[in-house]
Amino acid sequence: MTQENRAVVAPPRVRIRWRDDLAGLLLTWLSPALVVTAWELAVRSGLVRPTILPSPSIISTTFLELLTTGELLRHLGVSLMRVGSGFLAGALSAVLLGTLIGLSRTAHRASSVLLGILRPIPVVAWVPLLILWLGIGESSKITLIAIGTFWPVLLNLVHGIRSTDHRLLEVARVLEKDQITLLRRVIFPAAMPSLLTGIRLGMGIAWTSVIAAELLGADQGIGFLIAYARELTQVDVMFTGLLTIGITGNLLDGAIRSVERHLLRWNPHLAEGR
Amino acid sequence: MNQDNRLTLQHVTKYHRHQGRPVCILDQVNLTVEPGEFLSIVGPSGSGKSTLLRLIVGLDTEYQGRILVGDRPVTGPGRDRGIVFQDHRLFPWMTVSENVAFALSEEERRAERDRVMHYLTLVGLQDYHAAYPHQLSGGMAQRVAIARALVSRPRILVLDEPFGALDAFTRFQMQQELIRIWREEGTTMVIVTHDIDEAIYLGDRVAILSGRPATFRKTYRIALSRPRDRTSDDFLLLRRAIHREFFGAVEPPFAYSI
Repeated sequence: MTQENRAVVAPPRVRIRWRDDLAGLLLTWLSPALVVTAWELAVRSGLVRPTILPSPSIISTTFLELLTTGELLRHLGVSLMRVGSGFLAGALSAVLLGTLIGLSRTAHRASSVLLGILRPIPVVAWVPLLILWLGIGESSKITLIAIGTFWPVLLNLVHGIRSTDHRLLEVARVLEKDQITLLRRVIFPAAMPSLLTGIRLGMGIAWTSVIAAELLGADQGIGFLIAYARELTQVDVMFTGLLTIGITGNLLDGAIRSVERHLLRWNPHLAEGR
Repeated sequence: MNQDNRLTLQHVTKYHRHQGRPVCILDQVNLTVEPGEFLSIVGPSGSGKSTLLRLIVGLDTEYQGRILVGDRPVTGPGRDRGIVFQDHRLFPWMTVSENVAFALSEEERRAERDRVMHYLTLVGLQDYHAAYPHQLSGGMAQRVAIARALVSRPRILVLDEPFGALDAFTRFQMQQELIRIWREEGTTMVIVTHDIDEAIYLGDRVAILSGRPATFRKTYRIALSRPRDRTSDDFLLLRRAIHREFFGAVEPPFAYSI
């Protein structure tokens, strides 16, 4: 009797789950497919001139062409190298300074006015000054990216350290842990979710900063590719550049998210879903 | 049991600062807990029970009077005293066994590799050593907290309303377990609770802390054999006596006295 009941009840749940997944997947890809189709039709019907807005088919042909000749990857590689070194420099100095400010009340007080004034300055506002100081070479671009990365990492780390649960700090006190152990096993792990949020934001800003820097003055990189295509009015190449920026940005964010999921597997909010 | 484990409080007085003015919380508290004894302290919320435990553990060192373990005065936290809080306070980023191992020094961990596992087995959680705290129920998390407090083999374990957040069934079960652990380990235990039943079930003595400022008003020796039956006449008699201590004799409702 009970066995019969179980057999009747169990299977439908599984089927509904599967159908939900399929519907979700369809919905996710349906909207971009519709946009691309409408766009393609608009260009083909002559509604929009291809010299202003080339059709998706033309853009994808150009995209594949630039990809196979290796030109796109060369520019992408240059941009990524700049992002890598700038991000590393910015994040590392933010972690060092952020740890100091987060732990020391004196450092927090001493830095509050200075940071309060510097922080609202948008990254691009630094460009003219950096060009004057460092020229239009690599160092000015990398410095710009470093500045962009620095702020979100710093602010989130300071916040994370300062909001460490005092009840857990008390446990460490009862267990007579030294300062290094306290920092390594309690304070840093407690600040980790916040730090990773800062790193994700920082990476986003780093990626947009490199494009801005390259648009303003470079002879290589994705930003340069777009700026140069404008001079030659190659609209399809400009769109290829934009598409590459979008895809790469998304992949970078996804990579950080998966690192986040691994590092925060203890966190119930991240362990399930998302 | 050697006399080094005796906990003595002599004329302990504690002031808190409230809106700039000192308020007396504990007034001339005297207490002796014998080695291996299980002492229950009951008192209403806000009677200074938790403050008293924080003084014993050494989390708060601003007080007048003397607190001694054996003949050494307490000057701060020390490995000879462990504490279990009402909230389990496990580190969420450490697994169950990492949480317990955190109470040990590097040398202790090396010297006795299965020590953590021994204490996890003592609290019945050997199969959950790799779980994270968020995967545990409230009762299980509290067992881990007990294992963490015991793994460094303290002379004295203080428990601050450790089962206050658990449901009644889990609470009963944990009380039984705590008695079993106390017998196996022989640790001196001081529990603070507002549950009179719990205090009688667990303690060799029940000390009543009340008044403002608080002091020990009375101490009951619980001469019942273990395991204790909560519904036995002797148990209920003690329960009634302690109840009276707090609330006075129960006035019969007006309707019945006609």
